[in-house]
Amino acid sequence: MYTTELSDKGKVRAAQAVAEDPERLAHFDARVAADDFIEPKDWMPEAYRKTLIRQISQHAHSEIVGMLPEGNWITRAPTLRRKAVLLAKVQDEGGHGLYLYSAAETLGTSRDEMVEALHSGRAKYSTIFNYPTLTWADIGAIGWLVDGAAIMNQVPLQRTSYGPYARAMVRICKEESFHQRQGFEIMTVMAGGSAAQKRMAQDALNRWWWPSLMMFGPPDDNSPNSAQSMRWRIKRESNDEIRQRFIDATVPQAEAIGLEIPDAALKWNEARGAYDFGEIDWEEFYAVVRGEGPLAKERMAARVSAWEDGAWVREAALAHAAKHDARMAAQ
Amino acid sequence: MSKEWPLWEVFVRAKNGLAHKHAGSVHAADARMALEAARDTYTRRMEGISLWVVPSASITASDPGEAAALFEPALDKVYRHPTFYTIPEGVKNI
Repeated sequence: MYTTELSDKGKVRAAQAVAEDPERLAHFDARVAADDFIEPKDWMPEAYRKTLIRQISQHAHSEIVGMLPEGNWITRAPTLRRKAVLLAKVQDEGGHGLYLYSAAETLGTSRDEMVEALHSGRAKYSTIFNYPTLTWADIGAIGWLVDGAAIMNQVPLQRTSYGPYARAMVRICKEESFHQRQGFEIMTVMAGGSAAQKRMAQDALNRWWWPSLMMFGPPDDNSPNSAQSMRWRIKRESNDEIRQRFIDATVPQAEAIGLEIPDAALKWNEARGAYDFGEIDWEEFYAVVRGEGPLAKERMAARVSAWEDGAWVREAALAHAAKHDARMAAQ
Repeated sequence: MSKEWPLWEVFVRAKNGLAHKHAGSVHAADARMALEAARDTYTRRMEGISLWVVPSASITASDPGEAAALFEPALDKVYRHPTFYTIPEGVKNI
């Protein structure tokens, strides 16, 4: 799972206005330009720190919220094998969220602050998780397309300039490949099954294709923070470059299992050595970013109630630990 | 009566981008001295560019006797690996 950086325009620029020692800044810029990694105790510009906190926490939130659309199907998986696989995948997403929250905490934010930002609606997460999972084929489509898109996005992040983020991405990328393959396997089986099963697979592809392309974020000419993130080597490839690579890899996969990409304008362009594709509905994307996705309210309600209903467990564990410490001290 | 200096575990980062890795331990009276001792003991040949020292007493280790209960359940979950899944012949980039 993944989210591209979804910030409110202008915020990063405001942060940059803070005066910083030009000598330290020049040293930092030179290190980043030379592909050195920045580690938690190294000096870094405030705007770099803030950008990273926002991006890594959004990425973490996306992993955690991303557990919901799939978790929805654990009890209804068609076989015991599929259920065990889906459980393992959703568990991995939880783990990915934890690696990323930990990486963000090295920048001076706390877990509580991040959770609060998510629950209050200040923090964003990937738009993709505000779409519903209507049938079992959606679980196939998510693994194949959503995790496939995540892999495309995350592979370059293994070389992102902030060490703890890069190391978290190395772990995540290692685990991600199973997610995509289990999804593609579901799609392969359904596309090769009965006419009704094939229709379900095609329907899931139709609904998930365009939202998956939106996961790479707005087009490069309308991505205000991209240039700075590229200079800082937080981001190493542009939204449009990664989107194109995803399309070029995925179209032949759909063809191989007899499904059709829902884009009349999709056409191989010999000269570019890449597929041309139709217009993405960016109005829909920005509406989902603003919190108007079909399931945005349900997703947040589920997160908030999980947090609130679990409060007594967190408190009980602390009380138990305190009692144990007191007993040990008394001995 | 003499009192032994406490034990500290030493972690060395070989270069930026890599995690700190456990190198060994030193005895020292306080954290500052532990860092200096670690520097002298474990980084004499440019083995690292950053050090962590942690009081050994602060480390909780898993019990070797529980290793089977902790780690063996992963053995029969081969479906966590990508090679468990059959991909039709000729399908690439997955």
